[in-house]
Amino acid sequence: MNKLELQKTANEVRKGIITAVHGAKAGHPGGSLSAADLFTYLYFEEMNVDPKDPKKADRDRFVLSKGHTAPGLYSTLANRGYFPVEDLPTLRHLGSYLQGHPCMQETPGVDMSSGSLGQGISAAVGMALAAKMDNKDYRVYTLLGDGEIQEGQVWEASMFAGHRKLDNLVVIVDNNGLQIDGKIDDVCSPYPIDKKFEAFNFHVINIDGNDFDQIDAAFKEARATKGMPTAIICKTVKGKGVSFMENSAGWHGKAPNDEEYAVAMADLTKIGEELGGAN
Amino acid sequence: MADVKKIATRESYGNALAECGADFPNLVVLDADLAGATKTGVFQKAFPDRHIDCGIAECNMTGIAAGLATCGKIPFVSSFAMFAAGRNFEQVRNSIGYPHLNVKIGATHAGITVGEDGATHQCNEDVALMRTVPGMTVVVPADDVEAKAAVRAAIEFEGPVYLRFGRAAVPVINDREDYKFELGKGVLLREGKDVTIIASGITVASALEAAQKLEADGISAEVINIHTIKPLDEELVVASAKKTGKVVTAEEHSVIGGLGSAVCDCLCEKCPTPVLKIGMQDVFGESGPAGALVEKYGLDGKGIYESVKKFV
Repeated sequence: MNKLELQKTANEVRKGIITAVHGAKAGHPGGSLSAADLFTYLYFEEMNVDPKDPKKADRDRFVLSKGHTAPGLYSTLANRGYFPVEDLPTLRHLGSYLQGHPCMQETPGVDMSSGSLGQGISAAVGMALAAKMDNKDYRVYTLLGDGEIQEGQVWEASMFAGHRKLDNLVVIVDNNGLQIDGKIDDVCSPYPIDKKFEAFNFHVINIDGNDFDQIDAAFKEARATKGMPTAIICKTVKGKGVSFMENSAGWHGKAPNDEEYAVAMADLTKIGEELGGAN
Repeated sequence: MADVKKIATRESYGNALAECGADFPNLVVLDADLAGATKTGVFQKAFPDRHIDCGIAECNMTGIAAGLATCGKIPFVSSFAMFAAGRNFEQVRNSIGYPHLNVKIGATHAGITVGEDGATHQCNEDVALMRTVPGMTVVVPADDVEAKAAVRAAIEFEGPVYLRFGRAAVPVINDREDYKFELGKGVLLREGKDVTIIASGITVASALEAAQKLEADGISAEVINIHTIKPLDEELVVASAKKTGKVVTAEEHSVIGGLGSAVCDCLCEKCPTPVLKIGMQDVFGESGPAGALVEKYGLDGKGIYESVKKFV
């Protein structure tokens, strides 16, 4: 996809996030919207996956370590063709295959159940290790929140990945700067994030995670990096694309009501029109 | 039983892994800086490329195992029970149990027979923790023969399994031609009519010794080895309880949540029967030689004998 197509697709993913969370009357829109461009790039450009064969043996893997942003992953998978976009409003409903946090047994395309923060990265490391042990060339991607990296297990996993030189692993940090209790640097600062991953023997790339040119360059650089895992630290805007959700910790885990839903969808429709309409 | 051969089940664990390595090319073993103690070093020597030392980071090790399992490996997570089940509880629950991944947890140094290291490392709560995870199979082998059979059975079984092994050498009691191990199937070791003693792990040998002493006093004790605590062989437990009308459970574990609780959970619904639970009575252990601790907490043959005598 070219940049404009990616932008248009990401906007559709954002609409799906808002629709899902509105339908659920609960969920996590802020961190789903901040990472929507990353989700889009991964599933529409970067990863070797096949929606018609979600468990294909040598596919690239993705682990949503920040599992609460399941609406972002689900909307991306739906738009990619894993399941109908029309099912997104069943998110979190009783009996739905779209659980509040990713469940690999329920949802096509979900490679690992996750949601308890700090655990997904370890599973991703295990997948990357399996590829190395079997001399397979699939790659493994995992997305973490910047609040999530306060969990100690993240650094256990990073130490191991660096030690084992897992160059088929890309750790992506969605650095939107906010967690439930406020700004990450007020709550318990994880900064400097890049220096920490460097210290754990990662190749580190800092980018604007809402800019497809920079995202594209970073993932190409990661692919070319040999002998060490890559961490891409992405500065993003929490709630990106929805005027009243942007840079607001309050929209970390809250669903829009009907009026807010209408405003949010109008915001996104306007962005879509500015991009020149549908793909 | 002084002349009986004794082997620690952690040794059996390491040996069984090494023996199974050639038969199961997807078998991989993870350790957290304890390969010497958990005895997985034997596997490491035979299959260095399939042994993964994760360093002292059990939670990450558990997650790595989950990831490996999604890619078709059969990982064994090895550590002391305190860490494998205790520190790791939530990783086991969410990264292995919830997605029902094919990960085996080999927990060594369980219970008070850890000995001199004392209470911080004597895990008497692991069976209770692991039993509560939906879909988890929980196995507590009694001796070398059973421990090795359990490892192979766990590999052949699809799904998460928690295996509990001990540090101290224990008598080999199952070394016979017709021994057969089946997950979920208890073993009737001795028939009796006055009382049923249900044991697991190191207390199986103690229960047999106690039954001999009771016989001399005219008390006929039935002895059952429940190596699989979950799923429990309810049929065997209920049949024996109906027959004897009195049940004693004996375990190297807290009486809260372990074998005794599992038996009571079953009997209270299917065959209400008076039950005496022998085990750690809601207390922490302490430093001391394993044998002395087993004696102090009443888990040896004499201790079980005396408790049963008072109960019947």
